[in-house]
Amino acid sequence: MDERATLPAPAPACEAERPATRSRLSRREFASCAAAAAAGWLMTACGPKRLVEIPRDRLKSQLRDLEREYSRTFGTAVTVADTPAIPDVLFAYALDISRCIGCRQCVYACVEENNQSRDPQVHWITVLQMDKDKGVDFSHADPYYQPKEVPEDGHFYVPVACQQCRNAPCTKVCPTGATWTEPDGIVVVDYDWCIGCRYCMAACPYGARHFNWGEPTIPAGQLNPKTHVLGNRPRPKGVVEKCTFCIQRTRNGRYPACVEVCPVGARKFGNLLDPESEIRYIIEHKRVLVLKEDLNTVPKFFYFYAT
Amino acid sequence: MKPIAWALSLLAATGVVVVAAQGGPPVQGGTQRPTERLEVPPPPFTEGIFPCSACHAGMKVNRTRRQLTDMHAEIALTHDAEHRWCLDCHDAENRDMLHLASGERLSFDESYRLCGQCHGEKYRDWRAGVHGRRTGDWNGHKAYLLCANCHNPHQPRFKPLEPKPAPAPPSGRRK
Repeated sequence: MDERATLPAPAPACEAERPATRSRLSRREFASCAAAAAAGWLMTACGPKRLVEIPRDRLKSQLRDLEREYSRTFGTAVTVADTPAIPDVLFAYALDISRCIGCRQCVYACVEENNQSRDPQVHWITVLQMDKDKGVDFSHADPYYQPKEVPEDGHFYVPVACQQCRNAPCTKVCPTGATWTEPDGIVVVDYDWCIGCRYCMAACPYGARHFNWGEPTIPAGQLNPKTHVLGNRPRPKGVVEKCTFCIQRTRNGRYPACVEVCPVGARKFGNLLDPESEIRYIIEHKRVLVLKEDLNTVPKFFYFYAT
Repeated sequence: MKPIAWALSLLAATGVVVVAAQGGPPVQGGTQRPTERLEVPPPPFTEGIFPCSACHAGMKVNRTRRQLTDMHAEIALTHDAEHRWCLDCHDAENRDMLHLASGERLSFDESYRLCGQCHGEKYRDWRAGVHGRRTGDWNGHKAYLLCANCHNPHQPRFKPLEPKPAPAPPSGRRK
């Protein structure tokens, strides 16, 4: 008690004695600071790293480990790529509401391409049936329509998946930094860093993020073995997943699976920065809208009327 | 007199420019010109129906509009049937070809030009990659489909499809 009370006293004395070295650390202070820094460095450097921080060679060896693990689990040769974003590319998507007939072929092509869990069921695309009288109105949308044939009179269809917002609310709320926007505009999830808090699902105004409530199941032989570490690689239970514009395909120049399967050709995809791209043609020539524009999420997923 | 002539010539010149601009501009959004042939899949012929000349070679051309009874009776024309008939698109002289309104003959794998005569807006969008399905690479080689790959030329309306199963509702949800 006495000692503490008298502690401040020597300082002025010191200053008085050594005015030139007033900002210098004492040996004791320096030693304790150095020890704390070393401990901090040890704790962060030796622990798991975020994907963006991992040195390239270490990431490669981690991917090989993943490949071995998946190949063993699924009994087929699985590849896990880490293909980076192509420079000067910003991906965007457009969907022709006047063409979509609501056949849901995109939903199931996506499931097969991106290795979503079959049971419990995870669908990255939800096709909403809407009333022509009401227009694009989410409060009257029905995702469970099941007539014999589509399209039905008086209805139109709005498939909704991740809108790949430029001002994405989901990435801002993640407490662990497990989700972010890539340089080519794809919002991705690091399944190793996702702690399953589902804040991002609450933040997403489009219901585009999905949670693995149970251990995902993919029947033997139905796994797509060409995977990307930020995309369609098999997921564990308890993580959030979402559409990645088929990152494993589009970063290699291919169209997403939903674009290729759409029987009416309602789905369009391309590079927003390329003036010759289909996407730019649509934005410049057609009536284009984005969902919930008033939320200022700035989606890169456009809906348009070609007719 | 002189200024009037000058004004007239100027008017004529602008008129010519306008006409030229409407005549054959490159399609917006694409680098190809309309005269370029596109790589398309083979036309979707009914099996064994092509070449047409296999049967038609020795036949006399009957240009009278009539109900077909001996052959092709299964073709129900619901494509502006009131105004169209076989020989409006199929060429009577060369049975293995189609022809444009101008009389220019063209093969079946260029049939998009024939469709584009009336459906100019769709043709323009199709060339730009906006109408119809495309496969391949978004930044490289793209595969087109012919109009006839999706639309039966005789009954062009797109056929309804059976939808894939609805998603499973969350447990406990009442319909």
